[in-house]
Amino acid sequence: MNAVFLNIDEARVVAALREAGEKLDGSEGEAVLDMASVGRIDSGAVRALEELARVADEKSVKIVLREVNVDVYKVLKLMKLTGRFSFVN
Amino acid sequence: MTVADVVKERVQIPLAVEGLSAERIAYLEGLVGQARTAAAVFSQFTQEDVDRIVKPMVLAGLAQAQYLARLAVEETRLGVLEDKVIKNMVASEFVYNYVKDKRTVGVIREIPERNLIEMAEPIGVLFSLTPITNPTSTVLFKCIMAIKTRNAVIFSPHPKAWHCCAEAVRIMYEAAVKHGAPEGVFTCIESPTLPDNAYLMKHKDIGLIDATGGPGVVKAAYSSGKPALGVGAGNTPVYLEKTADVNTAVVDIIVSKTFDNGTICASEQTVVIDDEIYDAVLKKFADLGAHICNEKETKLLERTVIDPETGFMQPMAVGQKAADIARFVGLKVKPDTKLLIAPIAGVGRQHPLSVEKLFPVLAVYRAKSVAEALRVCVDVNHAGGIGHTAVVFSRNEEVIRKFGEVINAGRIIVNSPGSIGALGAVYNDLVPTFSFGCGTGGGNSTTDNVNVFHYLNIKRVARRTQNHMWFRVPNQIYFNMNAVENLRQFPSLSTIIVTSPLLEQIGHVDIVRRHICPKTQVHVQVIPDAEPEVKVIALGVEALNFYKADQIIALGGGSVIDAAKIMKLKYESPEADLEYLAAPFLDLRKRVARYPTEKANQARLIAISTTSGTGSEVTPFAVLTDKESGRKVTLADYSLTPDVAIVDPQFVMTMPKGLTADTGIDCLTHALEAGVSNYASPYTDSNAMQAIRLVFKYLPIAYEHPRDEEARCMMHNAACIAAMAFSNASVGVNHALAHAFGARFGVAHGRANALMLPHVIAYNAAVPSKFMPSPYTKGYTAHKKYATVADLLSLGGHTVDEKVKNLIAATEQLLDQLGFPRSIAELGISKEEFERAVPELARIAFEDPSWRSNPRMPLMTELVELFWKAYEGRAAPKVASTVEHTTV
Repeated sequence: MNAVFLNIDEARVVAALREAGEKLDGSEGEAVLDMASVGRIDSGAVRALEELARVADEKSVKIVLREVNVDVYKVLKLMKLTGRFSFVN
Repeated sequence: MTVADVVKERVQIPLAVEGLSAERIAYLEGLVGQARTAAAVFSQFTQEDVDRIVKPMVLAGLAQAQYLARLAVEETRLGVLEDKVIKNMVASEFVYNYVKDKRTVGVIREIPERNLIEMAEPIGVLFSLTPITNPTSTVLFKCIMAIKTRNAVIFSPHPKAWHCCAEAVRIMYEAAVKHGAPEGVFTCIESPTLPDNAYLMKHKDIGLIDATGGPGVVKAAYSSGKPALGVGAGNTPVYLEKTADVNTAVVDIIVSKTFDNGTICASEQTVVIDDEIYDAVLKKFADLGAHICNEKETKLLERTVIDPETGFMQPMAVGQKAADIARFVGLKVKPDTKLLIAPIAGVGRQHPLSVEKLFPVLAVYRAKSVAEALRVCVDVNHAGGIGHTAVVFSRNEEVIRKFGEVINAGRIIVNSPGSIGALGAVYNDLVPTFSFGCGTGGGNSTTDNVNVFHYLNIKRVARRTQNHMWFRVPNQIYFNMNAVENLRQFPSLSTIIVTSPLLEQIGHVDIVRRHICPKTQVHVQVIPDAEPEVKVIALGVEALNFYKADQIIALGGGSVIDAAKIMKLKYESPEADLEYLAAPFLDLRKRVARYPTEKANQARLIAISTTSGTGSEVTPFAVLTDKESGRKVTLADYSLTPDVAIVDPQFVMTMPKGLTADTGIDCLTHALEAGVSNYASPYTDSNAMQAIRLVFKYLPIAYEHPRDEEARCMMHNAACIAAMAFSNASVGVNHALAHAFGARFGVAHGRANALMLPHVIAYNAAVPSKFMPSPYTKGYTAHKKYATVADLLSLGGHTVDEKVKNLIAATEQLLDQLGFPRSIAELGISKEEFERAVPELARIAFEDPSWRSNPRMPLMTELVELFWKAYEGRAAPKVASTVEHTTV
């Protein structure tokens, strides 16, 4: 199973997530997004994550979010998005 | 997804969505989705982040105060432009002043003395309904509070105040987002309808409904099943008492009642005026621009401004000027009339003007007395104003306090205007608000002025507290042979020796007499050497009173000393109710029944024990028997502890073997139970361990060689030392079992303890099926403490388990040495009889307070099991290392 690895830069979270979505072509089993540098997300990033989850579902790709800080994790929890991603440290 | 699916998924409680199209539901869902995202993002913000946003919002509110006021007056046709400007400024500036330094994110309060920290958790999405009477000011207020607390809000303004509210929301939103607030943090429903409100009130993503408005809105909010702040109607009574400063009072009432044409629900509705000042007050009102209605005018007024069907005010009058209302009613008044004043003769449907009137019409009532005035104010308060606001003008503190007592209002405003006073921070130090909590009487959840803290979930981080413990024993303890000689140092004019017939007969009383301070009048009160009985106590107290005793010497075993303790209690505090004092308690410091501290008499209690077991000479316990009712009550309080204990082995040299064994094992049980107790401390441990060591070493010797002075002395000390341990750490389940079993089968207490002891050690050393909650202990340590005892006794063993087994074996060997039966069966109790008794025994043992300090919480089934283990008994000891080979 192939995997895609991407770093998500806090300065361009939305763009990076969109790019990640575009790179999912279904040949990879999973995509690992390194969120270590993301300290906070805004509404745009939430929407981008929702969209990414939708695309990943369609293409049967598992999205793994790496090093998500707990504040961001709580935002995803409040948005009921945690079930749509895997989390690793 | 169909509309029905959306409703099913999004709405917690099934409701009819009549009047809501699929498009409308999609629209409402969009608002909720936006707000939910904003609230989630907001959760990451720090205190500094929100404070950075709040200030520019407030400045925007202040800058647009006049603009918004104008919009509100033009749209609603209610109120006074100038006053609405003030309201908008209060909602911005005054509220800001209150919130600016408040912590609303993260740690909001630290209470180090209670080891508590309070932390804020946002609510999420609020659904906020705003009124027609204070539209823009309420929006400004709620927006500032929401940002300060990191919440998103969906606003549903009153339809007749929608434009001005939407504009207020826009101004606040733009200021907030410009300074970093999440997008979508405020939204305003376009053309809100009742079905919209109903849908959102039950939406699962709405965290709190904040409903400010009429009773219908508030009721809908509270009926939704959602947490709600519902703040509605009032009916403010005012008592203008004869000592009041009339000039100030009249001006304040006019200021308040005419403010925004009376639209604030806290404004004055009926002024109850003392007869003595009534005419002067009305004249003052008239001088300052009020029109006093005559009887005919009052009738006209009430027929027009109050709906005769419902008894409520007519909406068309709300927020209108007095002169306009007068013209509409047909009254001839001056064009600049500020207020219409209508005298009324009572409160209720027969007196229509006694209800809430959100316009400048004021009812007045002439009261002949303070009592009548207060009664009428209570009537007004209960005619639609419970929990809201009330006003009193008086210089009489007693009247003000009484008014506060009898009126049920969240805000009782003293010597100041009701409406502006209730808003807070202008005339007083109430929290500034535009939402008045009316308490349960008003169907609300709070009586507070709603503020930022109602927009937060407050989490309390409670750290484990190190509860204070204690180690309390008599002031003086004299021990070793001839310690009784120390009696001489205690001066006394009149001493009563409480003792038993046997001890008098064998000369122990004479020994004591010889050592009492010379010139002391001595009387001997002989009581049967059994459990202290009510009648015996009464006789003793009679003697103490008769001889005016200043000293009591208790010479005897536990029963005699217990009797003396109770006699002293009743002598010093004749009113003491022993039944009441015996009320059960869990924590000594929090007990409900408190022992008397005031004393009619005072006597020193010196306890000289003549057995080596109970340790009653140093304990705070006493057991009282009521033969008539067949009941026993246990008294426990440190005030019962004797003042002086004398532990002189000469009084135990003749103790029979059986009693030596029984009392010795009682002493061992005290020490072992105190050692593993949840109340054990290093102070009690040192006593418990020493007592155990002494018992294992000296009890077999004292048993086999009763005249061995050293063994007797050490066992006598051991009993006292063990008692000091259990006086402060208490005992455990062994005592609970022994009490129940001993009482049912007439088995001596020490013997009953012995039958249970090995099984209880094994029970407490095992992993509990149920742990006992205990703030005093860290982790489960009973097994380790037993192992420590085994080490102290040099019983050997490498692991904790081995050491516990060796302790059990050593205990069993000691019991064998002392000739104790190995089982209850050996006592001749048949299995059938025991089987019949066990359920009741378990019930009684469970009710016994002794086990409350046991390290393991006994289940009823476990008590039954322990009884059966004791019945079936123990096997012969198998331990390799025994006490005989132990160096201690």
